[in-house]
Amino acid sequence: MINKSTQSILLEGGTLFDPFQNKKRNTSILIENGLIKEVGEITLSKKMKKVDCKGKLISPGFIDIHAHFREPGMEDKETLETGSRAALSGGFTRVCVMPNTNPPLDSPESIRFIIEKTIDMPVKIFPIGAITINQQGIEMAEIGGMVTAGAVAVSDDGLPVQNGQVLRYAFEYAQKYGVPVINHAEDICLKNGGVMNEGSLSTKLGLPGNPDISESVMVHRDLEIADYCGGRIHVPHVSTRRSVDLIRQYKSRGLNVTAEVTPHHIGLTEANLLDYDTNAKVAPPLRSASDREAVIEGLIDGTIDCIATDHAPHTIEDKEMDFINSPCGMIGLESAFGLCHTVMTNAGASSEDVIKWLTKGPATVMGWKMEALQIGQHAEIVIIDTDKKWTFNKSDIKSRSNNSPIVGMEFTGKVISVISGKYSFGILLD
Amino acid sequence: MSVLKNKHLIGLEHIPLEDIKKLIDTGFTFREVLDRPIKKVPSLTGKNVVNLFFENSTRTRISFELAEKRLSADVANFTANSSSLSKGESLKDTVQNIYAMKMDCAVIRHPSPGACVQLTKYVDAVIINAGDGTHEHPSQALLDMMSLKEKFKKIKGLKIGIVGDILHSRVALSNIYGLNKMGAKVILCGPPHLIPKGIHELGVKINSDIDEVIEWADALNVLRIQRERMGIGIIPSVREYRNYFGITQERLDSHKKEIVILHPGPMNRGVEIDSSVADGDQAIILDQVLNGVAIRMSILYLLLGPDGGDTN
Repeated sequence: MINKSTQSILLEGGTLFDPFQNKKRNTSILIENGLIKEVGEITLSKKMKKVDCKGKLISPGFIDIHAHFREPGMEDKETLETGSRAALSGGFTRVCVMPNTNPPLDSPESIRFIIEKTIDMPVKIFPIGAITINQQGIEMAEIGGMVTAGAVAVSDDGLPVQNGQVLRYAFEYAQKYGVPVINHAEDICLKNGGVMNEGSLSTKLGLPGNPDISESVMVHRDLEIADYCGGRIHVPHVSTRRSVDLIRQYKSRGLNVTAEVTPHHIGLTEANLLDYDTNAKVAPPLRSASDREAVIEGLIDGTIDCIATDHAPHTIEDKEMDFINSPCGMIGLESAFGLCHTVMTNAGASSEDVIKWLTKGPATVMGWKMEALQIGQHAEIVIIDTDKKWTFNKSDIKSRSNNSPIVGMEFTGKVISVISGKYSFGILLD
Repeated sequence: MSVLKNKHLIGLEHIPLEDIKKLIDTGFTFREVLDRPIKKVPSLTGKNVVNLFFENSTRTRISFELAEKRLSADVANFTANSSSLSKGESLKDTVQNIYAMKMDCAVIRHPSPGACVQLTKYVDAVIINAGDGTHEHPSQALLDMMSLKEKFKKIKGLKIGIVGDILHSRVALSNIYGLNKMGAKVILCGPPHLIPKGIHELGVKINSDIDEVIEWADALNVLRIQRERMGIGIIPSVREYRNYFGITQERLDSHKKEIVILHPGPMNRGVEIDSSVADGDQAIILDQVLNGVAIRMSILYLLLGPDGGDTN
């Protein structure tokens, strides 16, 4: 249940982890009227609702810098409201929404529409504006006006900017406004209609393959352009070993590049497509086991800065089409922490690392200077049970859509409760 | 319970060797029926079969329809053009059609790989794959193997060359699975960029020199080249293809050896195969057509008939 209340809440007995300072301490936290009132030793009073957080890890709310809330235009898949609810239930208190709506977010007016409509949502929503008008990759959109209106980054989302000169203009021009440029790295010619990773599995399934080089060729081009002309390049949903190697190489040379990986690319592989499960059809496609290893390594060694869900809701009828015609995308906000925590702690990372990839990492990409749990601040808090074993069920989905191949997977580590201002979610707060 | 391990026929990848043998052997039994003056048996009386064709097909559809009628099944045909698919008709609607018509079995051709697998998740009827995109075409591979067995009396140890655009061929993939299981050796021959990535992992060899393959092989399965792939940079021209991969009379004559020629049809005479080869003594192309009806009777009978199938 998602609640809205102005009640005073006292979180007692938990361990607070501050990913921005990399500090951990046992402390109580008092929230009043949706704001952080006090952090430290707090005496319980009658008006406070006491929440026992013993044995729980408390963290600032998660940030997702890559989600699709489909509004305006595709409200049958998701809305800003339903997407916010999905986000909150997954521990996210800030979400950046992609501009591939209908019409796309390519003007200051459309950015303002999102800002105004989301003033009182369960989570804070930050729009990303299109790089080019109508995401066509031809004429640059009003990046200045969009940033002034509240856009936090620019991206043509799933439509890669194919023309290198247009991307160069965007890198150079967007610097003035201090926002990252996010280019879906995919060479459409090399993709060649592919619908899954190219390899022996695509051959067996008879499905057109999308080779890993369709991504890495474009990543390489984008890195070269950014290296030449400057600009804040962010590489979304890195899926291949080749791309990880390239980003690592440019990062070590000092290029200001950041990168993200999705929970599904660290948690799943192309083998999920063996029975043609359209819910596992995503862009970029799920890759080989070796690619999956590489993105996990990349996250651990810092080549990849953060986890971003690429939450992409689609209706049941969209996903009940045949594999070729079914659209790409899976939802991910609700399952993100469970999946990432399970996979990454198995790979040797700590729970705190996972939290960093969901808080400090995305904040760094967006250039947000953040401090955790300052007095007077809007409360954005996640309470986590890092040992909790659970199965991700359909009932855990709060999104309007339920296109997830992750349903039925077993996880260790669960978001128990979340506070986002006056909104809250979870058993501790019901 | 079906006498076969699987309830459906989706592809040869998942059909065990014993069942492939059974399907081919039963095919020969029905081949005898086809040689009788009255070519009809009552095996599937009362069974309802629908042919759902979402892609153009003449010979496969007619072959299935003949097989169904000769087994005395009740037959319905449903043909949709692929444009309605691109408009987004969901597979679910297809399923509901099958349910509504109370069908025991659906024979499906669909342009999307995996469509038949997806349908088995939603529907109770027996699904027979009559070609799903670039995935599998199991009845074609079974009839090819039946024709090879008719000619050579065995399949094990045969050396088979599959020639053409392997990347876009469901016939090739089903043949590879089937021939491998039956113990034949397979070499794929075609333009290197039309050999799919990782296919060697399926236990086949690759050789783009057609003359070397002819020298090696007992039989060639010559695939149809889609003319729409010509001259758009994928296959440079008809002339170029014919020169380097075409099964021409001159090429066969130069080898001075017996070699059996198969073709799944429809043929592009003068492109992948010369007329004189297609109509010559070495070709068993028309036997394939007749065996096609017999093997489809075998498939339907073993999945639906009194000795198999779901009788309740």
